[in-house]
Amino acid sequence: MLLSLITFLPLVFALLICLVPKDSWIRPVALVLALVEFAVSLYLFKVFDPAAPGVQLIERMAWVPEAGITYFMAIDGISFWLVLLTTLLTPIAILGSWTSIDNRIKGFHAAVFVLQTSMIGSFLAMDAILFYVFFELSLVPMYFMVGIWGGTRRIYATMKFFIYTMAGSLMMLLAIIYLMFTARDTLGMMTASLLDLYTLKIPFVAGSFLNPQTLLFFAFSLAFAIKVPMFPVHTWLPDAHVEAPTPGSVILAGVMLKMGSYGFLRFVLPLFPEAAEYYAWVFLFLGVVGIIYGALVAMIQPDIKKLVAYSSVSHMGYVMIGLFAMNMYGVTGSVYQMLNHGVSTGALFLLVGMIYERTHSREISKYGGLAKAMPIYTILFIIVTMSSIAVPMTNGFIGEFMILMGTFEASRPFAIAAVTGVVLGAVYMLWMVKRVFFGPEGELVKDEHHPLHDLSVRELVVMAPLIVLIFWMGLFPNHFLNYSKASIANFVENRDNYRLVLDAPATSEKSAATFDVKSDSVAKAGQ
Amino acid sequence: MSNTVLFAILLLAPLIGFLFNGLRWKSHNAYLAGTVATVAAGISFLCSVVLVSKLFGEGAVPAVSAKFYEWMAIGGFNVTAGFVIDHISAIMVLVVTGVGTLIHLFSIGYMSHDERPSKYFAYLNLFLFNMLLLILGENLLLMFVGWEGVGLCSYLLIGFWFSDSEKAAAGMKAFITNRIGDAGFLLGIFTIFFLFGTVNFQEIIGRVSGVPDLTWTGPVTLACLFLFIGATGKSAQIPLYVWLPDAMAGPTPVSALIHAATMVTAGVYMICRLNPLFLMAPNVLNVIAIIGAATAVMAATIGLTQWDIKKVLAYSTVSQLGYMFLACGVGAFGAAMFHLMTHAFFKALMFLGSGSVIHAMEGEQDIRKMGHLKKYLPITHATFFIGWVAIIGMPPFAGFFSKDEILWKAFTSPHGHILLWLAGVIGAVCTAFYMTRLMALTFWGKSRVPESVHPHESPPSMSIPLIILAVLSVVGGWIGIPHALGAILPGHPGNWLEHWLHGVILEPAAHGAHPSATLELALMGVSVSLAALSALLAYNFYVTNPERPAQFVSKIRGLYELVYNKYFVDEFYFARIINPLIDASKGMWAYIDVNFIDKTTYAVSDVVRGMGSAAKSFQNGNLQQYAMYIALGVAVTMFLILR
Amino acid sequence: MPILDGALKVGLDHYLYLSAVLFVLGMIGVMMRRNVVVILMCIELMLNAVNISFVAFSRYAENVNGQVMVFFVMTIAAAEAAVGLALAVTVFKKFREVNIRFFEHLKG
Repeated sequence: MLLSLITFLPLVFALLICLVPKDSWIRPVALVLALVEFAVSLYLFKVFDPAAPGVQLIERMAWVPEAGITYFMAIDGISFWLVLLTTLLTPIAILGSWTSIDNRIKGFHAAVFVLQTSMIGSFLAMDAILFYVFFELSLVPMYFMVGIWGGTRRIYATMKFFIYTMAGSLMMLLAIIYLMFTARDTLGMMTASLLDLYTLKIPFVAGSFLNPQTLLFFAFSLAFAIKVPMFPVHTWLPDAHVEAPTPGSVILAGVMLKMGSYGFLRFVLPLFPEAAEYYAWVFLFLGVVGIIYGALVAMIQPDIKKLVAYSSVSHMGYVMIGLFAMNMYGVTGSVYQMLNHGVSTGALFLLVGMIYERTHSREISKYGGLAKAMPIYTILFIIVTMSSIAVPMTNGFIGEFMILMGTFEASRPFAIAAVTGVVLGAVYMLWMVKRVFFGPEGELVKDEHHPLHDLSVRELVVMAPLIVLIFWMGLFPNHFLNYSKASIANFVENRDNYRLVLDAPATSEKSAATFDVKSDSVAKAGQ
Repeated sequence: MSNTVLFAILLLAPLIGFLFNGLRWKSHNAYLAGTVATVAAGISFLCSVVLVSKLFGEGAVPAVSAKFYEWMAIGGFNVTAGFVIDHISAIMVLVVTGVGTLIHLFSIGYMSHDERPSKYFAYLNLFLFNMLLLILGENLLLMFVGWEGVGLCSYLLIGFWFSDSEKAAAGMKAFITNRIGDAGFLLGIFTIFFLFGTVNFQEIIGRVSGVPDLTWTGPVTLACLFLFIGATGKSAQIPLYVWLPDAMAGPTPVSALIHAATMVTAGVYMICRLNPLFLMAPNVLNVIAIIGAATAVMAATIGLTQWDIKKVLAYSTVSQLGYMFLACGVGAFGAAMFHLMTHAFFKALMFLGSGSVIHAMEGEQDIRKMGHLKKYLPITHATFFIGWVAIIGMPPFAGFFSKDEILWKAFTSPHGHILLWLAGVIGAVCTAFYMTRLMALTFWGKSRVPESVHPHESPPSMSIPLIILAVLSVVGGWIGIPHALGAILPGHPGNWLEHWLHGVILEPAAHGAHPSATLELALMGVSVSLAALSALLAYNFYVTNPERPAQFVSKIRGLYELVYNKYFVDEFYFARIINPLIDASKGMWAYIDVNFIDKTTYAVSDVVRGMGSAAKSFQNGNLQQYAMYIALGVAVTMFLILR
Repeated sequence: MPILDGALKVGLDHYLYLSAVLFVLGMIGVMMRRNVVVILMCIELMLNAVNISFVAFSRYAENVNGQVMVFFVMTIAAAEAAVGLALAVTVFKKFREVNIRFFEHLKG
């Protein structure tokens, strides 16, 4: 019952928050509850078996038996860290919003908890429909968070965010239903369980677009690509980030974007192996374009938060090319980069929020010389910047290195193109750092009536876990990778098997024979 | 003590120094901060001496190493945080910790009036730590960790006085230019890993096949080419050298440590480390040799015209690094390491000397406002003088032996060429000229010091490092006396360095007749006498007849302007690469994001909205219209029913 | 009715035709006229057209149910007229006119 407990505890908390009589109690209560949730999720360490390749801690009940929809929750080495990331970022976001959210506090914190349930649920759901429910549910609290507590153009941003994501997921819903009927026709029963759907052989015709697998592949891909977001369906992200309140941005960038890349990992690649193999270049290409494009556009943004938002486009481009490299290094790097991005971009948004709270401006040109006024803030910002541009010994390096290595193995031209992102990443971040922190003092910094005070104890407490994680993940990646290794190896091995089948399109018996022999050798090589 | 403990102390001492000073970064106590940092560096030096001593004498081992923990293990990719001192890294680690300690010591005096000395020493220790990772790492990935780490420290230290926008920009430029190289380095690591299945130096070298890769796109060639791109970034070679002169914005001891003696030589070190691999890629060796020679000459010519004392030294550094690459390119890796070491001595000496001058001149760096400083700064003058003799390659000072070794190898090596030798000699002639010019304008001739400035000799903490480095600049070359010269010297000293590096550094297989000792001595005589003549000419120009340079320059105004403005390379990069990139980015944002993608989505939403507003006109709140719809509906229904 | 016997026999049809004509006239009035009082009168007309049908059917079916229904309709009509006129008076007080478009202003 642990997984259900972790998933639905926040929902209970949301109700509890509504019962808190005094507004001034809400923040402490919410923080304590979020920490309770985090503590509960830490229990996963005790029960999770890192050596098991498949999903574990399975919980399964009938939900809509007529349609084969079940309440099916399970965890593996990939969702394990994403769940923990979610439960960690939530208390941080709550503590980070301590002073910045000052109206309708009750509603805000309730929304945060509902959001948490939906995010954890989508990482744990192993039933396509259940996943869809959680996936869509996450839109609602985010919609309110941006729409009510957002900036001046919040309505525009919310609409854009909502409609973009919704449009994609409707395609996915259709595809899920199609899959369920395919299961009825081939397996003899309606089912939405992913483990059953994995066994489907959906017809694929190379070179033609109008065949079931290709269409389903693109339907799912569109939904997740919007969420990731991949170029060219990324434009909702900068607007949503700029308008979202700080905790909203932290959760949006830190966790919600991963629901997209996680979707690729959990749905698109295993469900449609041939199409994924055949069209991998499309995603490698879009990923690389996203890396470079995101970096270049980030470079010239006048607004710090928008810059960070575009940097997300660039970073998530890395995640995508790592996934579509479809080898051990690339996928490991992607999984790691998902966590990194959650930590470092979450930290960047928190830091941007802190300075915004002081000056109510995010315009880079109005800053300058901040290093003198706020030295501790500067140090933290530079540490996070280093993590973001993947300097070794920070977490970012491990992820980026693995991804580029995987991509290099899969396709050298794409790897060489993606490596330019390493340079451009440094360009946009350091240029921003230079303009904000160095040089003569800007108009907002030297304002004598409102001297800028350095970080408070609360703000340091908010940042501390993230800074620790940046170094911990950079110096001891094995502590983290050991939990995911088996699952990723399993995932990659399945991919390799499909590739072998694809490579040997002889008669079915013959290919099955080669498949067995080769998969053994692959398994050995992987060890 | 076991090797592991020694390695741990060696590495952790600077890190602890960094943490100590980093946590009390607000402190103004330069002496405490400096002492801690210097002691930390000194401990590292002692540890490395102890470790290196295990490579000598009875029971000598080829390498001492220590493994700490497994850093990353994914699939077949295993990286251990392990460190090794072998015959190559021994030279480097002694130079870095030794010279590093001296520069730390020098910094105490130099930074005593600074606002944030603790922060400075923290960065300096952090740099040392990263440099040690770079040198001692047993695999390419750890080297890369240090490689980027030193880049980061360089960024922080160049921009140390960040309130000055230009200095902050110089730091940024250094980091970004280095990053271009680093991207190449990364690709090199990947190529090597997928070629050899390992990134460990020992294993790579063990798996290098003996067959040279004569193609341009073969894996070995590509790997070496990518790594060399990395080296051009860090070691300031064409086309990525532009950051180094700007890096002089940092405090002068930093320029001495990072931008002369240690960090910038990392590229040379890396190539020497992988010398068996590079030997298998003759095409890349040619590229390295040509780039090295071109950089040596180009930077030396720029050095002829600069007025900033540190800029002259910076271009001199670029030029000397060019020599080292020239040596690598002709397969003389031993000579490259030799020059790396001697250069570390005399260039650190000269930078510290210039620091002493700048300190004495209260921050003035323009040599037109100096002159006759030998009267005020006798120790600085004496030590700088030794550095000067060493760098222009006069025997028996350190620079002579190493530079001559390079020129000799450029002439005779199977990868060498007479043009490479000639470029080297031209570089040496230019070096002799601009260094003499620098000496003359700074220390000799008439004083042009402004009235308000009262130069004074530096405190002992600053002059002691100068003296030690001066001694090293004299004797440092004696470990590599060429055989031809050794044979005619009393006592017949052998080439100790060659012996030391034998086995770890491979020499390209020579073919044809063995070049004679007479030829070697003759070439030596040519380069030394040309350099001496050039130095005399410069002395004549700047001391005896101070009006002559101006007359001479007026005759070649165009050429002078071209060189004085550094061949307009920075301007070219800005006009052709950076600005177009920024414009393109702005264009992309405006046209792709805002105009194309968003407009497309708006168009979709407009269609939906249009359909909505079409439907909306049915619902305008006019009751009478509703009534009419009802009536029409009834009529139609009636019609359908009664039809 | 001996005088007109055979020449003009008024049957159910005639009543229904009359009812239909009155109803359509009323409906057109409701849909077309702008004056609220006239619209109310037209609604009255429609209701009474229905009443005619009711009475006619009642007679035809020899059953009083239809006539009972007429009373209901008349009651409702009276109530509706009372409310409608009250609204009309309110609007008239404010705008000095009883055009239907002013009724938009009734909403909050």
